Amino acid sequence: MNPVNYLYLAALLFTIGAAGVVIRRNAIVLFMCVELMLNACNLAFVTFSRLHGNLDGQIIAFFTMVVAAAEVVVGLAIIVTVFRSRHSASVDDASLMKL
Amino acid sequence: MSGALAAAASTTSTGEAVQFWVLGTVAVIGALCTILMRKAVHSALSLAGTMIVLAVFYLANGAYFLGVVQIVVYTGAIMMLFLFVVMLVGVTAADSLKETLKGQRWLAALCGLGFGILLCAGIGNASLKTFDGLGQANSGGNVEGLAALVFTKYVFAFEITGALLITAAVGAMVLTHRERTERARSQREQSEERVRTGKHVPPLPAPGVYARHNAVDIPGLLPDGTTSELSVNATLRGRGQVRDVSGEALAELAALEQRSERWLGRRKPEGTEAEGAEGAAGASEDAEHRKGAAK
Amino acid sequence: MENLIGLLVAAPLLGAAVLLCGGRRLDRTGHYLGTVLAGASFVIGAVLFADMLGRGEHDRALHSQVFSWIPVGGFRADVAFQLDQLSMTFVLLISGVGTLIHIYSIGYMEHDERRRRFFGYLNLFLAAMLLLVLADNYLLLYVGWEGVGLASYLLIGFWQHKPSAATAAKKAFIVNRVGDMGLSIAIMLMFTTFGTFAFAPVLANAEDASEGKLTAIGLMLLLAACGKSAQVPLQSWLGDAMEGPTPVSALIHAATMVTAGVYLITRSGAIFNAAPDAQAAVVAVGAVTLLFGAIVGCAKDDIKKALAGSTMSQIGYMILAAGLGPVGYVFAIMHLVTHGFFKAGLFLGAGSVMHGMNDEVDMRKYGGLRKYMPVTFVTFGLGYLAIIGFPGLSGFWSKDKIIEAAFAKGGTEGWILGGAALLGAAITAYYMTRVMLMTFFGEKRWEPAPDPDKAPSVEPGIEVRPGEMPHPHESPKSMTIPMVVLAFGSVFAGGLFSLNDAFLKWLEPVTGHSHGHSPLSAATVTAGTMVVLAIGVALAWAQYGRKPVPRTAPRGSLLTRAARRDLLQDDFNHVALVQPGRYLTRGLVYVDHKLVDGVVNGTAAGVGGLSGRLRKLQNGYARTYAVSMFGGTAVLIAATLLMRAV
Repeated sequence: MNPVNYLYLAALLFTIGAAGVVIRRNAIVLFMCVELMLNACNLAFVTFSRLHGNLDGQIIAFFTMVVAAAEVVVGLAIIVTVFRSRHSASVDDASLMKL
Repeated sequence: MSGALAAAASTTSTGEAVQFWVLGTVAVIGALCTILMRKAVHSALSLAGTMIVLAVFYLANGAYFLGVVQIVVYTGAIMMLFLFVVMLVGVTAADSLKETLKGQRWLAALCGLGFGILLCAGIGNASLKTFDGLGQANSGGNVEGLAALVFTKYVFAFEITGALLITAAVGAMVLTHRERTERARSQREQSEERVRTGKHVPPLPAPGVYARHNAVDIPGLLPDGTTSELSVNATLRGRGQVRDVSGEALAELAALEQRSERWLGRRKPEGTEAEGAEGAAGASEDAEHRKGAAK
Repeated sequence: MENLIGLLVAAPLLGAAVLLCGGRRLDRTGHYLGTVLAGASFVIGAVLFADMLGRGEHDRALHSQVFSWIPVGGFRADVAFQLDQLSMTFVLLISGVGTLIHIYSIGYMEHDERRRRFFGYLNLFLAAMLLLVLADNYLLLYVGWEGVGLASYLLIGFWQHKPSAATAAKKAFIVNRVGDMGLSIAIMLMFTTFGTFAFAPVLANAEDASEGKLTAIGLMLLLAACGKSAQVPLQSWLGDAMEGPTPVSALIHAATMVTAGVYLITRSGAIFNAAPDAQAAVVAVGAVTLLFGAIVGCAKDDIKKALAGSTMSQIGYMILAAGLGPVGYVFAIMHLVTHGFFKAGLFLGAGSVMHGMNDEVDMRKYGGLRKYMPVTFVTFGLGYLAIIGFPGLSGFWSKDKIIEAAFAKGGTEGWILGGAALLGAAITAYYMTRVMLMTFFGEKRWEPAPDPDKAPSVEPGIEVRPGEMPHPHESPKSMTIPMVVLAFGSVFAGGLFSLNDAFLKWLEPVTGHSHGHSPLSAATVTAGTMVVLAIGVALAWAQYGRKPVPRTAPRGSLLTRAARRDLLQDDFNHVALVQPGRYLTRGLVYVDHKLVDGVVNGTAAGVGGLSGRLRKLQNGYARTYAVSMFGGTAVLIAATLLMRAV
């Protein structure tokens, strides 16, 4: 097996995550899908690291994790705040930004 | 693992191939479950599974440090944070999977399909016939290698991520913090007010006490067998998550009495006077009281 | 002395500013202020004149730089004055006759409640005209030129409550604008040709420039002169300009406006001398106009319009003379000055007659006025004798020279021009005699004043009771004195100028002079002039002196009827200019509505419709936006792959 297969898997997971972002309404699930996409990217980075024989890809993946952690913290805080005021976690309910 | 192969190999070991195909399937199924499960908790658990599989893949790819971090930080911390928020928002609230936006699904399917195919085409297009492997890079140890990079080449990015994390922590606090606009009343003041108004002078009834169910979402039963709303937390009441088992409990009790009487052979079913089992004494007394009141 | 030159212009300009900005508090004294300032200008002019006479013939010109107006790179326009003999002549004429008209207006406009404003405009008129003749470059001349146009507009339309006056003012302004366009083009051409438009360098270098350019400049200058001086084909405004108060007519015709064209051509003599084609055009215009004006003058029953035709004709003489080159410049100016005297006198006389006749202007309703208005009769009569060229009077000296110069042009051209000038002299004698006879001689044909409801009084302030017979009376002193002074000028100016060829010697250093070779001797020309003069007078006498004048005009011949309509000038303009202009405008409006608006509105509608559809994409749902981002990313990937594949 060629490690390129990991890349195909990463692409597949990323696509599934993106589709999830688009079709799910629950903000928490939406966030999970974003996490899935980030993880798919990480897998790709790690695979690239192996393909190229240096550790830079792993470093990038590491940074991605850090950023993802920060993003989740803030994102979930936003969800909690929105839920508090609207009693709903659906992203469709927050649709006031239109003409 | 088999990441430490000679440079410019073109295939991995068979073991890794088997592992890839098995765990890869699990990862895809987990991902699909994440987006298709109606309950957020299930989604979160499916995602956690996918992440663990990914951790294994990291290990297989020679990223030992990341593999561990993936499990500890991602699956351990971040997914728990998700579950925590799910708890705050409501575990039972299941999403309807019915699409409300017209054409959204079709568009999503179309875009997803196009995106996936194009991405795969891109990967297939790239000339990645051989790979170098991390044998050399990891020769001094994976963690040491990463550390050398983080503290030299990527030191500024590393410092900035530190700032980012602090900002995120402060941001989360600012977002969730609620300003208290009035002074909190002390316990003494609260009790004094209760006495003054004359309502609920004793403590509130405990939930689930007389119903043999020890759970906070089951209201306690009053001596007459009806439920006491006050015994359940106002939040649960507000969400409508009160599990009322009073009717159920009474029916169960009646059945038990009948069964015990038949077993003891003391009474015929036509006599409804009961002085049976100790556990149900209160409830039966309660029932008698009600009958008396009806007479 | 140089510093006084600026004061010449500044005095009336100050008067205009004070009178126009001063408000009501000046209503009672404003006209005196205006008159005094006009007089001051004349006194300064006289002082400068005396000073100039005291100097040698060739260093008489004074130059005064006031300030640098527009210094931009190679472009340099100064406010600077130049006072030479030619300018001096004009200054004296303008300020002298102008002052007399101011004095006359005190009486004439006595009852007009807007008299202060009238004097302000008069001062503005004087200031603009003085600026025009004193400028040392064409650009500053252009300022004065436009100022004259503005002041004439304001004064012709002074009784703006009358629609006819308002229309006449607009007509004068618009027709003048055509001429102004010519002047501005000429100035631009000068700048491209000579790099400057100051008189001295332009005129000094005129001979070096190519003849084509000079001809173009000359023709443009001629167009400008035609506009201001009411020459064919831009003559149509002059007759209508009679809608203004009579002093205005006198000012326009005698001292200020119409003389500007003659001044311009004389001043630009060097250009015309070097461009024979342009010069030929000038003489042609002059000759045609002198006959045109004379014929129109014959047919008019309105005393002012008859005089207006006469002005056109006399200016035609001057333009003709100016077009003859160095032979004629001096005589053009000389005729201009003498004409200034007698035409001002005639107009003031006409005003006086109207003043006494309830503002009646129709000569057929005059008659026998000589007994009632002796001073007016005598002064008007002297002006009449002067204009027809009665021997010894002013007009004789100047007009005779022009006719002589026309013959001196030589060849067939000379004969034609001389013939035209002679014919013009005959017709002049005829129509002026006609005016004289119909106004002051014969039986009374007076009619009661018209009902003001049907025909509103021409000049407000003069109370006329309907149905009242006119009581002709002599005008007040303030009106008669200027007439007397002007009559003196009409009688003696020409003789004085011709004494020892004084005027010729005076102007020669500026305009140059050459004696032409006339095929006829001077005596022959004079004799011929006398003969045609006698014929003209006799014809008029036969028609209007011997027989009583009919109260209503007879139908007349085709020529007469055409002449009554100003030889169809307005009809011609209407057909040749107004109608095509209207069609063009309509066409443009159609194109604007259909094509331009169509494109603009179509674009707007298209954008609006597209936006209306596109805005539905913004539905507020984050997921819809996410899908579009998703699709966009897919497209980007596709594009990247495509670019790599290619």
